[in-house]
Amino acid sequence: MKLPQSEETTGAVATDVAAHGRAGLLRRLLRNPVAVTCLVLLALISLASLFAPLLTSQDPAHSSLTDSLAPISGKHPLGGDGVGRDVLARLLYGGRTSLLGALLAVAVAVVIGVPAGLVAGYYRKWFDAVSSWVSNLLMAVPAIIVLLVVMSAVGQNTYIAMAVFGLLMSPGVFRLIRASVISVREELYVDAARVSGLTDSRIIRRHILPVVQAPTIIQASQMLGLGIVIQSGLEFLGLGSATQASWGAMLNDAFANIYTKPELMVWPGLALAVTVAAFGLLGNALRDALDGSAANGRKPRGTAGRKQAAAKKTPTVVLDAGDTDDALLVLEGLTVSYPTAQGEKTVVDGVSLTVRRGEVLGLVGESGSGKSQTAFAVLGLLPREAQVATTRLVFDGTELGRLGRAEMNRYRGHRIAYVPQEPMSNLDPSFRIGAQLVEPVRRHLGLSAAEAKAKTLGLLERVGISDPERVFRSYPHQISGGMAQRVLIAGAVSCEPDLLIADEPTTALDVTVQAEVLDLMRSLQRERNMGMILVTHDFGVVADICDRVTVMQTGAVVESAPVGQLFADPQHPYTRMLLSSTLEDAEPRSALSGTVPVSTAGITNTGRQEGPA
Amino acid sequence: MIVFLVRRIAAGLVLVLVIATTTFALMGLTGSDPVRQIVGQTATQQQVSAKSAELGLDQPFVVRYGHWLADAVHGNLGSSWFSGESVTSSLENKLPVTLSIVLAALLVSAVLSTVLGVAAAVRRGALDQVVQLLAVLGFAVPSFLVALVFAVVIGVDLGWLPATGYVPLADSAGGWLKSITLPALSLSVGAIAATAQQVRGSMVDVLRADYVRTLRSRGISERSLLFRHALRNAAPAALTVLALQFIGLVGGAVVVEKVFGLNGIGSQATSAGSQGDTPVVMGVVVVMVALVVVVNILMDLAYGWLNPKVRVG
Repeated sequence: MKLPQSEETTGAVATDVAAHGRAGLLRRLLRNPVAVTCLVLLALISLASLFAPLLTSQDPAHSSLTDSLAPISGKHPLGGDGVGRDVLARLLYGGRTSLLGALLAVAVAVVIGVPAGLVAGYYRKWFDAVSSWVSNLLMAVPAIIVLLVVMSAVGQNTYIAMAVFGLLMSPGVFRLIRASVISVREELYVDAARVSGLTDSRIIRRHILPVVQAPTIIQASQMLGLGIVIQSGLEFLGLGSATQASWGAMLNDAFANIYTKPELMVWPGLALAVTVAAFGLLGNALRDALDGSAANGRKPRGTAGRKQAAAKKTPTVVLDAGDTDDALLVLEGLTVSYPTAQGEKTVVDGVSLTVRRGEVLGLVGESGSGKSQTAFAVLGLLPREAQVATTRLVFDGTELGRLGRAEMNRYRGHRIAYVPQEPMSNLDPSFRIGAQLVEPVRRHLGLSAAEAKAKTLGLLERVGISDPERVFRSYPHQISGGMAQRVLIAGAVSCEPDLLIADEPTTALDVTVQAEVLDLMRSLQRERNMGMILVTHDFGVVADICDRVTVMQTGAVVESAPVGQLFADPQHPYTRMLLSSTLEDAEPRSALSGTVPVSTAGITNTGRQEGPA
Repeated sequence: MIVFLVRRIAAGLVLVLVIATTTFALMGLTGSDPVRQIVGQTATQQQVSAKSAELGLDQPFVVRYGHWLADAVHGNLGSSWFSGESVTSSLENKLPVTLSIVLAALLVSAVLSTVLGVAAAVRRGALDQVVQLLAVLGFAVPSFLVALVFAVVIGVDLGWLPATGYVPLADSAGGWLKSITLPALSLSVGAIAATAQQVRGSMVDVLRADYVRTLRSRGISERSLLFRHALRNAAPAALTVLALQFIGLVGGAVVVEKVFGLNGIGSQATSAGSQGDTPVVMGVVVVMVALVVVVNILMDLAYGWLNPKVRVG
């Protein structure tokens, strides 16, 4: 049930962007000042080249020896070049060559790349293999060398050269289209369309073309720039029709007169740089606009709902564990907020909690309740954009809030350790497991390499890994998720911390492994008398291992009590709801306050509507 | 690993062969008449056919290609139709020039793009914006334009570095370094821009990764986190971009060599190409494609070394 749903969501987002995004894309683009500037500049350059005959009466190819390197005058507003041709006329007519040539190249690249990419991505099989091979081949050849050969073989024609360059650029388009088609064709709504008997060409037209349109436009914009660069490079080398004015040929002439009149470089150089930069920046702006509309389709989860809930939240009932004299960690008045486009979003609002030495505190709540944010705040591991404030954050008598990064690093891993939720994504994929475990041990405990290795092997054995030597030498992708979680637990306890913060340490694991890992954590905790914060949404886990529970809802603590008391006599309606949903053996999803993941539901609906016609 | 290497080398040889064949076909089957160009417009028909026979052009295309290929496999790339000089030995003389500037540009690109990309990803803010702007500019300004500006401003006006000529490494290391600095720098601008963008992007992604947070939770130093762990994980993607950029560097050398008056393979390609000197063009094409193939295989090896999943799996 879970997996198809998530796939449907991504598919729906893609269609959403494709179907509704286009009008929005243009609007978004026009709101971006950079994009508008680029569009205006490109329009001006195009118009100037188009209406060149109206803007100058000079013939760009007419040379007169008397006007050689002529200064600026009424006759030659930008002066004359090395053989006495009018610089302004050549600049204006040269724009035609550059723009037309680049358009031709892009047209060829698109005409070859798009159909080939569609067919290769949609049908795969032999065509995919062959075309991918050809495309890799074309990409491995320096374009300018091919163009030199072509020009020497078929003659110095700029447009033929640009058509060939289009062929050389087509692999870029091909790969882009092929990749997008492959990702879309696996989507459920495309599957559904196929099952309901739509023809392939109809599916491609209705479901696949809209998705690849925007990326193709972005790439075309950047290829236009590239085409102009290559073309002017060729003309600069003196290849290309001698009679045709072009920016590259102007630079060639400027280069010939580099010692006598280097300023001849300025105009063609400027025209070239501005045009190419405009195409490039426009491509970037298009991409940003596209990203923006994709993000818009996927609204930040439950922001509005959370805000409302916070406003009508019931007064916090905190049943504290009594005096905090033997407290290992005291957290008071934690507030975490993030800046968003809609203003500041508070995800943790005035949370206080206490952990005593050797005590296990369960931090419970549904997803989005701020429990993980609270845990990370204690470790100082929230993202940079987070705005964090506390009244007190005292660990073993030290106020952590005032520590610098280096001082905090002496606590992290050494005295306060962390066990993450998702084992596979929490090991560095590029390093052997041994190296990852040894590094903190050596740093915090000052052991030698050999001592650290011996200690680490012992730890791996302690967490129930039967072949520590092999795991020590393995890379993360070579071990299972359960094994990885044991490795992470070993890493967390390696420097004998006083406080262990575990963020849903069993959620990502198989049910059979869950119990083992939980047992392991409990035995380690008792053996070392560690304080522990166990973030979880599972009251079964709470009942198993915790001494005390703090319940969080929408960023605030609603109830805090010893575990027996909480199960026997829950005070807050939210706690009662969580408890009852656990008893019914269902994962607590929606809250009383209505923090339903609105956007997900909405997108799923869109997906269904966009499905078979 | 050996299987991988053998397969990559085989694929590279196929690439060189395909390109060589296509080039030969293009040069041989199109209408241009090199013999007329060589002997001059005033030559008699008899002189033309004599020259034609001397160059073997009276033989069928397939036979000519067969001869060329057989010789090429033995390291003999023939002689220039125009100067009569051996192509192999002239390439040997010119390869060091091109290799110097292209490899120096690759090195400069790798180093500067890493520095800029990492700095932008870690500091963000104003520095990030500057790097992004530089990346767009570097993409926009063609390398030969950069070369022209460098030659005029740094080479001629300021006179800090030579604007033309090449000093062999064997003659003087300092002179060599000075003579390749401007060409290599102007060549690398585009590659730096593209690669720095990629380094920045991958670093930003990696720094957001769960395992970086977990490494932080273990209290390892920020330096080790950035340069040992994050950069190592960001490197493969950057390397892929750099490998693609290298192809552009080889092409860019053709234009940059002209600006700095360097007598390398690039300028040889230009002159031979415009004359229709088939043996020289063939030699240049084979050497340049082979260079791309070799560097790409080295990059693949580096990629495998950086990415344990490729290496072990």
